[in-house]
Amino acid sequence: MDFFVQQLVNGVTLGSVYALIALGYSMVYGILKLLNFAHGEVYMIGAFIGYFVLTALGGAADPVLPVALVLVLMFLAGMLGAGILGVGIERFAYRPLRNAPRIAPLISAIGVSFFLQASALLLFTAQFRTYDTPELIPFTTGIDAGPLRISLVRILVISSAIFLMIALWYLVNRTRLGKAMRATSYDREAAAMMGIDVDRVIVATFFIGSVLAGAAGVMVGLVFGRVFHFMGFVAGLKGFTAAVIGGIGSIPGAMLGGMLIGLAEAFSAGYISSTFQNLIVFLLLITLMIVRPTGLLGSPVLQKV
Amino acid sequence: MPRIGTDEWVAEQELRTETYSGLTAPARRAFDRVGPGPRFFAFLAICAIFPFTTDSDFLIRVGVNVLLFALLALGLNIVVGWAGLLDLGYVAFYGFGAYAYAWVSSEQFGIHWPTELAIPAIVAASALLGVFLGLPSRRLVGDYLAITTLFFLQIFVELTLNLDRLTLPGADEPLNLTGGPNGIPGVDPMRIFTIDLLETRDYFYLLLVVFALAVVGLFYLNNSRTGRAWRASNDDPLAAELMTTPVARLKILAFSMGAAMAGLTGTIFAAVQVGVFPQNFEVILLVMVYAALILGGAGSIAGAVLGAIVVAAVPEILRTPENSRYLFYGVLLAVLLTIVRPWKRVAFLAGAVVLFGVVVHEIVAAVWPDGVAAEASAGRLGGVLESWVVLPAENRTTIGNVAFVVLVLAALALTQLRGDARLLFLVPTIYLAAFVWENRLIAQPSVTRQLLFGAILVAMMTTRPHGLLGTPRVENPI
Repeated sequence: MDFFVQQLVNGVTLGSVYALIALGYSMVYGILKLLNFAHGEVYMIGAFIGYFVLTALGGAADPVLPVALVLVLMFLAGMLGAGILGVGIERFAYRPLRNAPRIAPLISAIGVSFFLQASALLLFTAQFRTYDTPELIPFTTGIDAGPLRISLVRILVISSAIFLMIALWYLVNRTRLGKAMRATSYDREAAAMMGIDVDRVIVATFFIGSVLAGAAGVMVGLVFGRVFHFMGFVAGLKGFTAAVIGGIGSIPGAMLGGMLIGLAEAFSAGYISSTFQNLIVFLLLITLMIVRPTGLLGSPVLQKV
Repeated sequence: MPRIGTDEWVAEQELRTETYSGLTAPARRAFDRVGPGPRFFAFLAICAIFPFTTDSDFLIRVGVNVLLFALLALGLNIVVGWAGLLDLGYVAFYGFGAYAYAWVSSEQFGIHWPTELAIPAIVAASALLGVFLGLPSRRLVGDYLAITTLFFLQIFVELTLNLDRLTLPGADEPLNLTGGPNGIPGVDPMRIFTIDLLETRDYFYLLLVVFALAVVGLFYLNNSRTGRAWRASNDDPLAAELMTTPVARLKILAFSMGAAMAGLTGTIFAAVQVGVFPQNFEVILLVMVYAALILGGAGSIAGAVLGAIVVAAVPEILRTPENSRYLFYGVLLAVLLTIVRPWKRVAFLAGAVVLFGVVVHEIVAAVWPDGVAAEASAGRLGGVLESWVVLPAENRTTIGNVAFVVLVLAALALTQLRGDARLLFLVPTIYLAAFVWENRLIAQPSVTRQLLFGAILVAMMTTRPHGLLGTPRVENPI
């Protein structure tokens, strides 16, 4: 039972990170029908910004400010930096391709991904960086009730992920901008005719999606410690898979998909041998795609003539 | 041959009425006058002579790589360029061909089939596998198909990594199918009709023959009934279906033909490399093949070949600083010659950049002597550059990093400027590019390769989304 609860906590932590990344993929896909392969790199840059803010504030062992303030500053800087990067990518790599064949922005996205990865390698070198979180928030703090032991860092990560998702839900469903986003995603041309500034909505979508990826980057840095130039690739693939399972373009779907992948990973690592773990996951995914081609919560595509 | 499909005719309107201007115009007009047939034979002739011009095994190896890439890109062109199916599992067929060849001609199972039997059998098996993996394409559209096929590729990689200790029920010891991360070493060389292929040069000619046959075959296939049907079902599947085109069957056919070509290329790759390893077939290769095809222009045979040359050969030139420097300044000059016109502006730009560099160099030398103290790396151009580019002796990495970030921002700003402002702003940007190149990039060829590759992909797509030699398509709004 202890083991089960521990794996559950691990799975939910991983799942919240994947869900945040998946949300960015899904939102962009919903509006532009574009698979933004550079999204993983935005997440990587977010993690690096968090690291540099931590270092600038004296490092984990000896922060110059109260710990809570350091954490808030790390999150804010990482999110803002990632958001600006996302908007920049949209402006220079995707906007000129708005009406090009579908594959052109895809290749452009791969180009951006390569470029950002190589830039990180050039500027930050190939060395692994660590947040040294135990020095900042000792792992012994947290809930410790018999079988249930959750360190404070994990509580922090899970609760801030939940907070961000609620904020996103509110933004999309209860604000004017959210309404505009939903309208644009439903039919871009009609939305433009109704006086919605589509370009502004797209910029906002990229900004919000990238902000979430930046937050995910800082969270991964806090929980798992290692930050390096290649981290975006695997996380991007996982987040993308999560978005697809949930039904790409659907926001609750992305959250659900992220949680599922995180839990599946934690439990299969804990209970099944790891040799064929990925294989089983991919076979399940293919079966799911064939049975439900639009994901768990995706709506069926209507073909217009 | 009459053009079928008005979409292409409309899209080509701009190209047809295009008049070349600038310094390179006469060369481009002359190139246009030569038809595709003579151009192809000239290309083949150059390729055939190439191994005689060099003794270096490395250069021939690069040639082999280019041809392997070209064949892969041509196969992918059937699936992506003509049938319009986003197949992200393509490399798995290439890997399957390579592994299958290794199974039937190595000590892994002690089987040594004659090459004349192995190749057709493997090509047929790859085609069959293509049919099998193409089946979901009947139901899945667009990006969902891309995702599913990407999962297939991931499964393939997982299988190659893990099928080295497969325990079958009833068997005494685990079966080693793929050699796991160590792959299968020691694959037999090919022997085709009593000719032993032992050297890299032999494989170059084998690939050249296969390549020539493939190009001719694909050229006629493209203009055949099947080729037209593919393009029709790509342009508008619903309309094509209503015109009684068997869209689902055509998709599967495209899948299996692409798979067969990839499988064939894989067998030759396994023999050339004398072994197969899981890391040969990862996502990065898929990206490179896609980049080759899209850079050249999806749907165009010549484009696929051109893209393969760019993607497979250019990174090799970047290996030594001397060569990469020539390439860097050469490409910079070529790009300016084609983009900036009339030639008076080119002359102004060149003069201004040289003058700007000399002035900056003198100012820095007067203010901060250490700033110009370092020596440029060896080479004939190095001596000239030392008196033009600022080369700081200390803090070179930090200064280079800052300059790199500034250069990226400047290049982005450049895309927003027009006319004379852009021309003026180009002067410091080009100088800055040379500065970053000499100080930071030239010492790190592998990072530079990836950096340039990414930048070229973005620049290429945003300026010419249909690729170098592709035909612009009028895309139906979704």
